[in-house]
Amino acid sequence: MSIAIQADLHVAHPHEHNDQHHDKHHDTSANTLFGFWIYLMTDCILFASVFATYAVLYMNTDGGVSGKDIFELDFVLIETAALLVSSITYGVAMICAKHQKQAATLGWLLVTFALGCVFIAMEVYEFHHLIEHGNGPDRSAFLSAFFALVGMHGLHVTAGLIWMLIMMVEVLKTGLTNRSVTRLSCLSLFWHFLDIVWVGVFTVVYLLGAL
Amino acid sequence: MSFFGKLTLESIPYHEPIIMVTLAVVGVIGLIIAALITKHQKWGVLWHDWLTSVDHKRLGIMYILLALVMLIRGFSDAIMMRTQQALATNGAAGYLPPEHYDQIFTAHGVIMIIFMAMPFMIGLMNLILPLQIGARDVAFPFLNNLSFWLTTSGAVLINISLGLGEFAKTGWVAYPPLSELAYSPGVGVDYYIWALQISGIGTTLTGVNFIATVLKMRAPGMKLMQMPIFTWTCTWANILIVASFPILTAVLGLLTLDRYLDFHFFTNDGGGNAMMYINLFWAWGHPEVYILILPAFGIFSEVISTFTSKRLFGYSSMVWASGAISILGFIVWLHHFFTMGSSANVNAFFGVMTMVIAVPTGVKLFNWLFTIYRGRLRITVPVLWTLGFMVTFTIGGMTGVLLAVPGADYVLHNSLFLIAHFHNTILGGAVFGYMAGFAFWFPKAMGFHLNERLGKASFWCWQVGFYVAFMPLYVLGFLGMTRRINHTDNPAWNFWIYFAAVGAFIILAGIILQFVQLYVSFRDREQNLDTTGDPWNGHTLEWSTSSPPQFYNFAKLPHVSDIDAFTDMKEKGQAYQREQTYQPIHMPKNTASGILIAACITAVGFAAIWHIWWLAIVGFAGAFVLFLVRAYDNDVDYYVQPDDVTRIENAHLDNVTANLTNVVRG
Amino acid sequence: MFIRKLSKAMLAAGALMLAGCEGGVLDPKGQVGMDEKHLIVVATLLMLIVVIPVIFMTLYFAWKYRDGRDHEIYAPKWAHSKTIEIVVWLIPIVIVIILGVITWDSTHKLDPYKPLEHDAKPITVQVVSLDWKWLFIYPEYGIASVNELAFPTNVPVNFKITSDTAMNSFFIPQLGSQIYSMAGMATKLHLIANEPGTFKGISANYSGAGFAGMKFNAIATPTADDFDAWVTKVKQQASTLDVEQYKQLAKKSENNPVQYFGSVQRGMFNYIVMQYMHPDSNMKSMGSMEGMEGMHDMGNMEGMDHAQHMQHMQHMKDMDAGQHSQHSTPSHSTTEPSSTVSGEAE
Repeated sequence: MSIAIQADLHVAHPHEHNDQHHDKHHDTSANTLFGFWIYLMTDCILFASVFATYAVLYMNTDGGVSGKDIFELDFVLIETAALLVSSITYGVAMICAKHQKQAATLGWLLVTFALGCVFIAMEVYEFHHLIEHGNGPDRSAFLSAFFALVGMHGLHVTAGLIWMLIMMVEVLKTGLTNRSVTRLSCLSLFWHFLDIVWVGVFTVVYLLGAL
Repeated sequence: MSFFGKLTLESIPYHEPIIMVTLAVVGVIGLIIAALITKHQKWGVLWHDWLTSVDHKRLGIMYILLALVMLIRGFSDAIMMRTQQALATNGAAGYLPPEHYDQIFTAHGVIMIIFMAMPFMIGLMNLILPLQIGARDVAFPFLNNLSFWLTTSGAVLINISLGLGEFAKTGWVAYPPLSELAYSPGVGVDYYIWALQISGIGTTLTGVNFIATVLKMRAPGMKLMQMPIFTWTCTWANILIVASFPILTAVLGLLTLDRYLDFHFFTNDGGGNAMMYINLFWAWGHPEVYILILPAFGIFSEVISTFTSKRLFGYSSMVWASGAISILGFIVWLHHFFTMGSSANVNAFFGVMTMVIAVPTGVKLFNWLFTIYRGRLRITVPVLWTLGFMVTFTIGGMTGVLLAVPGADYVLHNSLFLIAHFHNTILGGAVFGYMAGFAFWFPKAMGFHLNERLGKASFWCWQVGFYVAFMPLYVLGFLGMTRRINHTDNPAWNFWIYFAAVGAFIILAGIILQFVQLYVSFRDREQNLDTTGDPWNGHTLEWSTSSPPQFYNFAKLPHVSDIDAFTDMKEKGQAYQREQTYQPIHMPKNTASGILIAACITAVGFAAIWHIWWLAIVGFAGAFVLFLVRAYDNDVDYYVQPDDVTRIENAHLDNVTANLTNVVRG
Repeated sequence: MFIRKLSKAMLAAGALMLAGCEGGVLDPKGQVGMDEKHLIVVATLLMLIVVIPVIFMTLYFAWKYRDGRDHEIYAPKWAHSKTIEIVVWLIPIVIVIILGVITWDSTHKLDPYKPLEHDAKPITVQVVSLDWKWLFIYPEYGIASVNELAFPTNVPVNFKITSDTAMNSFFIPQLGSQIYSMAGMATKLHLIANEPGTFKGISANYSGAGFAGMKFNAIATPTADDFDAWVTKVKQQASTLDVEQYKQLAKKSENNPVQYFGSVQRGMFNYIVMQYMHPDSNMKSMGSMEGMEGMHDMGNMEGMDHAQHMQHMQHMKDMDAGQHSQHSTPSHSTTEPSSTVSGEAE
């Protein structure tokens, strides 16, 4: 997973060459974003596979707890709200970046980062709580699938947060250059993608599981 | 837990003389190569011009070298299996006990598919695709370098397993629960997981890279339906890579969780479901065989149309047939396990869908036939491979459709009939294609021709050896012999088992002849230089460059208005034109980041296999830091100045003019 | 030089014909196997209609249009012909349609799960794959055997198959179809022998070190009396297959000799299957089966839901059986195998 994330960071790196070097920056950004978008499609299939696994195993509780027993919708709703709002704040950050407003961009990135951290903290708390009560991933296939799917999304978000941190330092140091804006755009795609995946997780895992 | 995790001196298989001798031989060869490099003072060249290169052509050559090295390894496994079965008839034990034999057939499958066929295919694609679309490189050259090293990283891990610990004893599919900790407690399956996982990620990135390349980097004027057919088939293969390799990543990840963190995805206990692994595995595994075969189809198309000096018959049929194969390839995976007990409706559906694939494949065969029709076929080495393919693959296709009939599969499943079938298609299809491509594009890549006589001799050994080795397996399948058997005691099988072993040795002769061919051709290269860059009177843009092509590929990007772009230029008299002035060319600089990051990732994989957690952390941190350094490195590109371009181009064009006149005089 | 290739192909064809008379899947001794052989022959002949002309045309065209034969027509720009394109698409389509119809039909007829239509009352054999041997339990006779399977000729045999180890495949090549054996579930297979004889039985799915020795003899006795004699012989063995004995038997061993158990603890097969199933969770899952259906299309898992479904349907049947005989006892088969009486006739 982490390797894939590194790779996507990498795709965001504009260094390819082009014949029309006078407008090279425009072209490389387009290539980078396009490449990153294809990468996201592969990530999408990765999630689809784990989703399918969850769909097949969610009833295999092996005598242990089922979703109904462990999901607390109120809690997850707050988690979800944090992530959804973070998508909006990231969107605002991108608008600021397009208008070359460095301070505002950084501010909104910071808000996004904080919301992302809230999401991760709540998820870690949930996992910890479950494991403490003997409902860890080793308990049953259902819990294995639950931890894998939600955990994989969580790892993606964590990678996104680290990336965001790095981008904040970059923007602080070099300003809103072509390179940093391209990279911010890639991260933007990534962040919104994770948001969409979470909507899926929330619906399939939590909502359907708790009902 | 000790400092080196599960790794101890006991992990080295001292008691296996075969392995120890192999290691000694590999060691000696390694030392000889190192000594030669030192003697000729080539370490600098090796590092600066090759290992750190971001040039797609050099990466392509390195991929093919990797494939050839792994071919030797995988074929050694094949010879050992055939001799073991030949010696272990009538209840004899043979010379390979199950612990060893079971690793060999697993390694053979993994190596041949993941580390021989895939690098060979990706190598040819790297070498040729950017040239065919008139691009200066791929969309992301550094990523390309990283992909190569990740693939190599997987290959390194699988080779380490030979001398440290063991490899998986599960068959190349590693079905759970057999591959779970309960039944495979050793490190073998972990080697399998990490080798496949790391190289698989490299392959995924290659797919992303080449899709972006094809869609964004085509020469001016080249429409999608004007792309050379090899580029098209590679593009379909890349779409398949991007759509299917993440499934492999996922399923291997889940198996990893089962083995390392006591999850219960595929275990017998805890509510696990091993059938899901099998489904997911083949949801990747079936598209994977089309990833292997489609580019080979493209190579055959190029070879046939070039050597008949004719346009390819039914170009758009070919493109859409490839597309149909790609899409259908995703909805047939269940035919790998009709015997799991699915309902008749499900089995029948997947059986019929599988047969439907025979339609576009059949169309392709007919199109090749009608390309030969009213042409002038020059019987060269690539053409021999192509004709051999057309005959052999047709038989393989027929047996494949037979296996797609569930009622027939109920008795042929997992038998040697199946083994014969897929060797018939992967060897007689994909590998023959790569061999054709190898001979076809060798002068382009290296600047000199391969020895034709030795090439033909090698082809005939392969071709005859193939039939001798695999036709008996069809018979053995009908006789009820199943795959992965260590020893037998059925007298009716003996003759055919011996027969097959002979075939393996004939193929061995073919492989040896190929290496002899490489040596002889290299020795005599001065007499066989390809001076014009267009040795076969080619159709597509790669032949418009010098051999080997300049590092920037094209001094001026060509303008394309036909499928056979170079033929079109030659006919219009636009080929080999001298420009008055050239623009500066923007190029990426070579970088050590790829190989260093991959080295760190290899360390992570190795550490995970042996549970050396500190090393895993160090390796991961190393990769991350190296990555950041690369991401913030501002010294990544440079410009080739117009004067240099003019000088290089004129030298080449002088050469072309001289030799073309010679040809006319001759 | 192509003649060599051709001769190889002919050699192979000859070999295939030869194979028919040596005892394999082309030498079937039961109705299922015979139908499958017939299917193989028909499908192959049908495909040869295209395959032979293609191979012939390849060699002929390559010879006819080879370089240097300047009297042949040369048409370098000819690359399209609507007629030819239509024909080359149509021919494979027609063949595939015919084959598709045959496939659809035969797959339903030869469904291994479908009981055979036959006048004789079938006997049931419960098959368990172990490391690395086969255990056969005869619930109707209360006996069991290892690595030897017997049944009368011309009587359908209903196999229920499971595994207490890795996945294997239960296969008697001369009788026809094979089916996987998988832990925690029971698959089914229906076979019949129409000729008496001793047929080789194997595992057709690799399962580890002792796999090659995982063989058994399937004896089709000429008459029902002969079969009864075999049953009597087995019953004379004092050993009983109870949980204790079974745990001994299930330990890893290779090249096991034939072994008989004169009696078998009731519900043994159920116990073996249920080791990996938690009854509570499955009651729950039965309740949620409906909710499941809608989600199966995610990630293309059509293939799985059937198998999943099967697993649970089989389990439901087992549960039913258990509950019919012992209504009040909550069945915890993992700890008390004897309490899950599966309704098998003694």
